[in-house]
Amino acid sequence: MRKIFGRVYVVIIMLFLYLPILALIVLSFNEAKSMSVWKGFSLRWYEELFHSKLMVQAIANTFSIAILAALIATIIGTLAVLGLAAMKPRTETVLMGFNNIPMLNADIVTGIALMLFFLMFHWPRGYLTVLFSHTVFCIPYVILSVKPRLNKNTDKLFEAALDLGASERYAFRKIVLPELRPGIMSGFLLSFTMSVDDFIITYFTRGAGINTISTLIYSQVKVGIRPSLFALSTIVFVTALVVLVAVNLRQKRIDAKQAY
Amino acid sequence: MSELIRLESIVKSFDDTVVLNGINLSVAENEFVTLLGPSGCGKTTTLRIIGGFERPDEGRVFFDGKDITNMPANQRPVNTVFQNYALFPHMTVGENIAFSMRVRNKPESYIKDKIKYALKLVNLDGFDGRRIDQLSGGQQQRIAMARAIVNEPRVLLLDEPLGALDLKLRQEMQYELVRLKKELGITFLYITHDQEEALTMSDKVVVMNEGYIQQEGTPEQIYDEPVNAFVADFIGDSNILPGQMTDEKLVRINGVDYPCIDGTEQGFPPGRLVDVVIRPEDIDILPYGQGQFNGTIISKLFIGVHYEMLVQSEDGNIEWLLQNYDQHDVGEKIGMKVDPENIQIMHKPKSEAESARELDL
Repeated sequence: MRKIFGRVYVVIIMLFLYLPILALIVLSFNEAKSMSVWKGFSLRWYEELFHSKLMVQAIANTFSIAILAALIATIIGTLAVLGLAAMKPRTETVLMGFNNIPMLNADIVTGIALMLFFLMFHWPRGYLTVLFSHTVFCIPYVILSVKPRLNKNTDKLFEAALDLGASERYAFRKIVLPELRPGIMSGFLLSFTMSVDDFIITYFTRGAGINTISTLIYSQVKVGIRPSLFALSTIVFVTALVVLVAVNLRQKRIDAKQAY
Repeated sequence: MSELIRLESIVKSFDDTVVLNGINLSVAENEFVTLLGPSGCGKTTTLRIIGGFERPDEGRVFFDGKDITNMPANQRPVNTVFQNYALFPHMTVGENIAFSMRVRNKPESYIKDKIKYALKLVNLDGFDGRRIDQLSGGQQQRIAMARAIVNEPRVLLLDEPLGALDLKLRQEMQYELVRLKKELGITFLYITHDQEEALTMSDKVVVMNEGYIQQEGTPEQIYDEPVNAFVADFIGDSNILPGQMTDEKLVRINGVDYPCIDGTEQGFPPGRLVDVVIRPEDIDILPYGQGQFNGTIISKLFIGVHYEMLVQSEDGNIEWLLQNYDQHDVGEKIGMKVDPENIQIMHKPKSEAESARELDL
């Protein structure tokens, strides 16, 4: 009895989580414009999606900003971790506190603050301000995922490399960097998804002429949603799914290799 | 034997804590020297200064007559076996061993031969393709050795290399290390807090405490003639008792006079207050009343080879620690005697600070 109840419970949760997404995917292939009538399979909305300059531009913006912001944040964050490690423990603790605050801060506060900042310095808002903002809010996550990889153990390995005659640069490249790599990778992926996902900060820091997927959908809601947006959402969802599966499979392969 | 490493009045502090208080040390070519002391005594810092990972605040480090105080670690002709081995986890055993040779751009054929030779030396033939996390603690230890010696250093620094191994393995590795040293014919500078390790392997033991060298000598000298209570206490169990010289080569402990072999010549004139060390295995048990002093056995432990007993003196002032092959019962009254050559007389420290500095004077 208890077992049945447990299973039903899990099924209900799954339905609530995935049924809406399933409905979205199904509707994206619907011939009809209506959300309640199924008129047959069609790729019509996908065609419309790729013929709409507005949407293609939004997709391009979203992913180019995500990749660039993740890349820049990963580089700055990793360098910050190296810098922090060389500081006195007290300074390091204080700075790590500053690092953690933006993550706890509400997005709306960060968004408005950044907007005011750009206004104050008369920085015309557009692609660059969005990229700047995304880079800024991604850095703390990179620091948080790289920092644990740089510890006493990495210090020891670095010293061991020096002891064996390596120059500091060689020891860093061959020994320390490979140790940090998993943290750097996860910091990059985390930043990428955070950036793709973001709406609020983008909304406040974008100019009039630029849209990402999330701000485009928001503006379309007001004039009535076209099914091409379902097609867009489906593509985003499937992309995320593929990346997730790939990352998991890779991790499994690494684990299996380590277990051997 | 010629001198290979010399430390001259090395002083080192971290923040406000003085870790080394003017260390002078000389290590000869092909010697097995052990720095022995409790944690925090400065032995690891001494090793790190020789390895080039710390700079001394004062003093100089000489290697083969050359001043290397400011030479960076990667140019020093020494290699280190680290406490937790510090093997590179993302590299195979072979790549770990090859590291120092690849840094120096040696030809691959040379590297291959060297890996083979090193693995053979540490009895791990054919392990070059293994991953580090597939190795047991003992195997990792051997690979750390192999990695450190392929570079043919003139001195191998070993930082508590056996600390993480279990007792049985540790004893095996002690023989291994001595064998390795013989085969390589190089100098070993070894760090440990384990007195047994120090005594079994070393040519010379250097006992350290609180940043001072307490005593330097062969294992026999350190064990048989500790210069102060710290050394006596650190090297094995012992009875350390306050005494006073009552006559030439006569020391009084708890009201009983014992003949000994130290007198004015050794710096212990009559009247001088001293500390006396008597090793528990050096106290002979005789029938009651027939020895130099009497006591009652108050506890007994079987340790394996021998029994360890606590004996209380008749006036109740002193508890003696005894080790004996024969069994005696708790409550039994016995007589005891100590041969003069087994009584080690030491200078009494005048204060805490002086006790640490004692040997430097």
